[in-house]
Amino acid sequence: MSMLKIENLHARVEGKEILKGLNLSVNAGEVHAIMGPNGAGKSTLGNVLSGHDGYEVTAGSVTYNGIDLLALEPEARAAAGVFLAFQYPVEIPGVNNTYFLRAAFNAQRKARGEKEFDSMQFLKLVREKLKVMQISDELLHRAVNEGFSGGEKKRNEIFQMAVLEPQLAILDETDSGLDIDALKHVADGVNALRSPDRAFLMITHYQRLLDYVVPDFVHVLADGRIVESGDKSLALKLEEHGYAGLGEGAAA
Amino acid sequence: MSQPASLPLVESLLDAPLPISGIAWLDAARQENRAAFAASGLPDTRVEAWKYTALRALGQRRFARGDAAAASRAVDASTLKLPSADGPRLVFVNGVFRADLSALDALPAGLILQPLSQALLGDAEPLRFVLSRYYREAGDAFARINAASATDGVVLRVAAGVKISAPVQLVFVGAATDVELAWHLRNVIELGEGAELSLIEQHVSDTEPAQLATVVSDIELREGAQLHHTVLQNVAVATSLIRRSSVRLHARAHAVLHVLELGGALVRHDLRAELIGDGARFDTRGVFMPHGRQHIDTQLAIRHQALNTTSTSTWRGVANDRARGVFRGAIVVAPGADGSDASLSNKNLLLSPGAEIDTKPELEIYADEVKAAHGATVGQLDERSLFYLRSRGIPLAEARALLTAAFCRAVLDDLPNEALREHLSALLVAQLPA
Repeated sequence: MSMLKIENLHARVEGKEILKGLNLSVNAGEVHAIMGPNGAGKSTLGNVLSGHDGYEVTAGSVTYNGIDLLALEPEARAAAGVFLAFQYPVEIPGVNNTYFLRAAFNAQRKARGEKEFDSMQFLKLVREKLKVMQISDELLHRAVNEGFSGGEKKRNEIFQMAVLEPQLAILDETDSGLDIDALKHVADGVNALRSPDRAFLMITHYQRLLDYVVPDFVHVLADGRIVESGDKSLALKLEEHGYAGLGEGAAA
Repeated sequence: MSQPASLPLVESLLDAPLPISGIAWLDAARQENRAAFAASGLPDTRVEAWKYTALRALGQRRFARGDAAAASRAVDASTLKLPSADGPRLVFVNGVFRADLSALDALPAGLILQPLSQALLGDAEPLRFVLSRYYREAGDAFARINAASATDGVVLRVAAGVKISAPVQLVFVGAATDVELAWHLRNVIELGEGAELSLIEQHVSDTEPAQLATVVSDIELREGAQLHHTVLQNVAVATSLIRRSSVRLHARAHAVLHVLELGGALVRHDLRAELIGDGARFDTRGVFMPHGRQHIDTQLAIRHQALNTTSTSTWRGVANDRARGVFRGAIVVAPGADGSDASLSNKNLLLSPGAEIDTKPELEIYADEVKAAHGATVGQLDERSLFYLRSRGIPLAEARALLTAAFCRAVLDDLPNEALREHLSALLVAQLPA
């Protein structure tokens, strides 16, 4: 049984249909890259999967570990192991990063019927993860994403992912706006989290992240549908020829 | 003006005999203010200062005057305890001084702290300036009835040059009685030249029955005096509480005021500051957080009357359910108050469609080289932030509480007393919708 099965997914935002019959199947341990031109529906896919209520699903289904993912509130999806790394992480002045992360961590544990961590236990966990992610603990003492650089925000997303240990991680253009050093840091973080139990959906416009996080599968999303799927060589092909003339292979 | 005689509230407040002190000027002032209250009654919403706070419903209520058993009412001792406050304490129950609940032993040298009822038995002359005041404005109804009726309150003086290290705690308790009670307190606080004081003012009350309380405070800061004043208003939702605090700041005096307005049915606070000496500074930070059917109104009025005076005002309002918040921040920079710096910010959050907050910043500048900034907003919780928190597993209600607490945090951030800050933060969070 696949971890994530998306069938004939249709979704719209502000009355406009964006996803038009998307099919995708992801197994534990796999890394899938979703590529495509602007406006193809890449970010819509991430938002629909994580439960953003601005997106209306009009047809189709999403099954995650055998349950109907679309029936769950965003917080329940998180507790079930779904994580979205935001393309534009939100700044939340007045909420301390560590406090926020512990509230999230414990809310998820509580929802799963697990014992919550006290602050000492949590601090220990955070210190371990900081080491793996090579992130300065100075970030922890600041308000969530407030005044963070673009790179710091993206690394903070990956750091949250490391602490929350999701089963299904969706990275929405995590590479956008990063210089090469920041990109490598983010990629190192993702690679450190790859495991047989965990799946990744990497939504990206460019091929360059895939040089550092090598995917098992590459899908091309255009006009609300997956129009072509292949292995990592597909990404290189796209890099060479662009998105023009896509989908002919799939249609054939 | 509404017909005063026809209002049950006015009638009932005038029902009790005028207190007699035997001090000629005081009895005259009481008589005069009582007559003014009787003649004009309550202001209606055509009076600018009461535009958003209608007294129609309150005007129909009757309150009994004076609690003969106030001296023996049981008071939950835990409400008197505050972290970091184990210094001098003055406690009033239903408008009456309670020696048994107060802590007045071994007051530090240079601190006078006593109930007004006692102070008037001695030399009343130092109180004359403040207590002989006649309230003449149309909106002054409650100050008038307070001036006519209050027989007790706080007298607090810090001698010149004296720095009081332990915070002084003032507690005003409304305790349950068989009848719905009205009571009045009058406070006189003065810090001498260069004196320093940290003051914690608490308002609490029992759940039932309804009460009406008025508290009028005059605070005078002589040259270079420094006051840290924290107000925690957490009365029961059946209690209506009407306060007026007037602060006068002489040269280089500095007052920092933190206010938490959480409880009450109809709550009104007129907070007036006059910066009358060069280089005086007045900083206020406040949160009002009405829920249910509560109505909380803060009227802040600051007058810059001297050179190089500074005021900063940071206020946050959060209204839930069908509650109403009102904030008016009026700053006047008078002619000659050149080089003044005044800033005011009032941001408000509506947590439900039935809630309402009316905010009105006003700025009048008649001086030169003045720096002034003011702004007010009313909005809702940011949907993107809410989704971000939920996407990390934080349930909706908890996410809303987290964001609301963060919204209010700016107000408590610079409270120097850490234990008190933690305590107030916790109270704020406890008030948030679950």
